[in-house]
Amino acid sequence: MTSIFRKFYFFLIALFLALPLIVVAGVSVNQKQTLAFPPQGFSTSWYGEIFLNPEWRNALMASVTLAVLSAALAVAIALPLAWFLWRRIAPWANVFQLLGVAPFTLPPVITALGLLTFWATVGFYGQPWTAVVSHAIFFVTLPLVTLSLGFTSIDRSLVEAASTMGADERTVFRTVVLPLILPYIVSGYAFAFVLSLNEYIVAYMTVGFTMETLPIKIFNALRYGYTPTMASVTILFVTTAAVIFGLVARFGDLPKLLGAMSSDGK
Amino acid sequence: MRREPPQTVGDYTPLLFPAAMLTIFFVVPFGTMIAVSFFQRQQGGFYTPAFVFDNYARFLTAFFGGVLGFSLMMAIAVAICCVVLALPFTYMLTRMARSVQVVWLVALLSVLSLSEVIIGFAWSTLFSRTAGITNILVALGLMGEAKALTPSFAAVLTGMVYQAFPYTVLVLFPALVRLDPTLTEAARTLGASPLKAFFTVVVPALRNTIVATLIMVFIFALGSYLLPQLLGRPQHWTLSVLITDQAIYQSNMPFAAAMAVFLVLVTLGLVALTVIAGRKGEAA
Repeated sequence: MTSIFRKFYFFLIALFLALPLIVVAGVSVNQKQTLAFPPQGFSTSWYGEIFLNPEWRNALMASVTLAVLSAALAVAIALPLAWFLWRRIAPWANVFQLLGVAPFTLPPVITALGLLTFWATVGFYGQPWTAVVSHAIFFVTLPLVTLSLGFTSIDRSLVEAASTMGADERTVFRTVVLPLILPYIVSGYAFAFVLSLNEYIVAYMTVGFTMETLPIKIFNALRYGYTPTMASVTILFVTTAAVIFGLVARFGDLPKLLGAMSSDGK
Repeated sequence: MRREPPQTVGDYTPLLFPAAMLTIFFVVPFGTMIAVSFFQRQQGGFYTPAFVFDNYARFLTAFFGGVLGFSLMMAIAVAICCVVLALPFTYMLTRMARSVQVVWLVALLSVLSLSEVIIGFAWSTLFSRTAGITNILVALGLMGEAKALTPSFAAVLTGMVYQAFPYTVLVLFPALVRLDPTLTEAARTLGASPLKAFFTVVVPALRNTIVATLIMVFIFALGSYLLPQLLGRPQHWTLSVLITDQAIYQSNMPFAAAMAVFLVLVTLGLVALTVIAGRKGEAA
């Protein structure tokens, strides 16, 4: 591929990916309550609105709380499972690996509907904590995949050395395995956190009528009244995602995390 | 510490919590949904346990056939557009400096993680009359008057390609990184142009990867539940939208569940196809 063609092609793709966000960024700085582009006047008040308007602030708090808790629960489910599959030979336990990957592979509406019928049947429909459990199950795939990858990259001779020197299972885990797996725990958590923050359908079907997360709030605003706050929230979300993934890339090996094993130039 | 089979019951304890969580909150809800798909619908949004096939019988109507046909066609169109756009892009990306790769990967992940609500909102703004792309064209003197480009089929397709493009790149990325660079080098040494080397060496070598990616993007596109609603007209609704609509707004849970079960079967069939395509790839 010639370099001019390549530059042009990359420019077009970048434009395609960035254009909607550029327009939204423009809309978010409108002076008045209008979704005009190019923006009329300049004001950052719509960013303040996210934190000052109680409705938007509550939605933001709900989303962040949900993401913090559900990502933690997802990691708590994925870590022992990935560790067990790495440590033991138990082929039938792979069933759980499959179950952990399934919610993310199937169309999201299926997991959402399954959880909706489930919570309705057991009588907890609409309780805020059901959204935490639902998101944790829906996103458990992400820490599970990163952790499985992390465990395969651990040199078993290190673990063997530790146990030859007399360390028991617990000590080996705490002093050898945990420090090596920590970057993968962090990135698995980061992936689940960002996606939970943005998730709409599962949250809507489980707690949509009792609680508003930010994506639900944006959707309701789309139906019942546009405001530039939707645009400022969008920009806030994109920036958050870029910062978090940027940090993962800064402190971890992003190409390797995404499955490129030969990224270290071997 | 070698891998060994569990010796005592105690060795199974780490498995307890994950297994319980996945069983109670994924397997059981899945079963509940299948059960509800056979239930009888009552007036007012309730349903009673029963074992009827009424909900599945509704699949035989022309309306449902139309929605299913449209969903499949839409997902195929999205999958083809994405792979055609993403294959040369990902190929060139894997040949770039590592630092450039990382920047692109961060950008792609950020777009991929965006909520469908946000993507729908962003594109409906871009296609709107007041803030849309047509205003830019008017400002440049290319168009007389700004106009709305949504709702339309093209708007839905664009939105869904936007949503699925980063996913396609990330699916293709590992396979393309592992592609032996000496293959294209050999083709180049023997006098093939870069373009010719790409189409006669890279594409055939990746045939199975491309098929598997097409299917995965197809499944991903089938899952899009909001974009057809936000950017299209009711005739552009897909199966996922219809399921959401039946469950939430029409309060017909049994019918929604039956459609969801059907969607699972379609998806599982396709996943099986992907696995078979992958196996062939290993054998080749």
